[in-house]
Amino acid sequence: MSDPSSINGGSVVAMAGKDCVAIGCDMRLGMQALTISNDFPKIFQFNNAFLGLTGLATDVITLSDVFRYKVNLYNLREERKIEPETFANLVSSTLYEKRFGPYFVGPIVAGINSKSGKPYICGFDLIGCINFAKDFVVGGTSSPQLFGMCESLWEPDLEPDDLFETLSQALLNAQDRDALSGWGAIVYVITKDKVVKRLLKTRQD
Amino acid sequence: MADRYSFSLTTFSPSGKLVQIEYAFQAVNQGVTSLGIKASNGVVLATEKKSTSDLIDASSLSKISNITPDIGMVYSGMGPDFRVLVDKARKSSHTNYKRIYNEYPPTRILVQDVARTMQEATQSGGVRPYGVSLLVGGYDADNGFSLYQVDPSGTYFPWKATAIGKGSTSAKTFLEKRWTEDLELEDAIHIALLTLKESVEGEMNGNTVEIGVIGPASDHLLGFEGVKNVPGPRFRKLSPQEIDDRLDAL
Repeated sequence: MSDPSSINGGSVVAMAGKDCVAIGCDMRLGMQALTISNDFPKIFQFNNAFLGLTGLATDVITLSDVFRYKVNLYNLREERKIEPETFANLVSSTLYEKRFGPYFVGPIVAGINSKSGKPYICGFDLIGCINFAKDFVVGGTSSPQLFGMCESLWEPDLEPDDLFETLSQALLNAQDRDALSGWGAIVYVITKDKVVKRLLKTRQD
Repeated sequence: MADRYSFSLTTFSPSGKLVQIEYAFQAVNQGVTSLGIKASNGVVLATEKKSTSDLIDASSLSKISNITPDIGMVYSGMGPDFRVLVDKARKSSHTNYKRIYNEYPPTRILVQDVARTMQEATQSGGVRPYGVSLLVGGYDADNGFSLYQVDPSGTYFPWKATAIGKGSTSAKTFLEKRWTEDLELEDAIHIALLTLKESVEGEMNGNTVEIGVIGPASDHLLGFEGVKNVPGPRFRKLSPQEIDDRLDAL
């Protein structure tokens, strides 16, 4: 009972391609060695921004509710949808508010700006430091493995179908080398006009 | 003030009016005329800088102020109340917006914030309403150029062109005749000066008239060069010389 970021387990990864982004997560929820659920997705959608949240499960649930509330009010006040870049800054300021009593999470944001069509991905630490990347971002208990998989598999300007394959292989092989991640996977492939959500058939151990 | 008084000083009269707000409007209508015109490619804010004495250093007072790089504000009524609202708007654009979303607020959001501040002064304990009407001109990517008026009551309206203060009724009639959908910024500045001329009593030159413009991004006003994707501010004040040049062309 010590490190809050590795009690429940979980992984997320996002990649940027040619006019598309993809984001994926595992489905495990555990209490250290005991797996409690294989149906705990960690990706949430807010307008055209996708948020992947790993870490302490209670904080994942609370933060997804907090952002749902903040984005709903944004939509009502601004009378428009929130863009990924703006949402990322909202995540950053929300996390920094708790600087001295943080949420134990490792969030990542992925989306396509509806005005410019530009793909956007970024990651954060638990107190909101934005890590802007042009290639990929990772998070969760298998992030060392994900870094290795992404660094070797990723290449620039992948088309949506190729990006899907690349991200899926990075996610699957990383989570199979992590005791606390796995038990299923979900991958979203996002382009300007549609979002495809796929449930991957994975090892259930 | 507000903590010692737990009751509002603005209360309803039997006829259903809030008399304090009516009196605030009187303060506005005694103030010098200000006007705003929305063009297809910008917004003009204009006002007269009426000085009570020739010894006053007119250049040290700025009646048209910018709140964010893309939003500017002018008033009619009590100068000190305007100053306070400008400071509050500038601060709130950062604390309630930029420090959350890392971008400046769109014009309407900023206007709603100022309007809320003005409304609170009609319902809070121990305070009086603000004795100013404001004209807020701004630009944001989703809505383009916009012009709003905010009253002491806290009501706000979007306008294509309008005037507030002493000569506002005749100025508005004047503007109604001249405003068109495809007005360009330079035409709008021209019309603004013509309209002001009708209500200005003394001499009209670059030092007695103030013009603020929200137009194309001025990258030369950034203060630095060579950084990509950083547009310059859209708010800009015309210098006395620029105003004199346009007055000569009238």
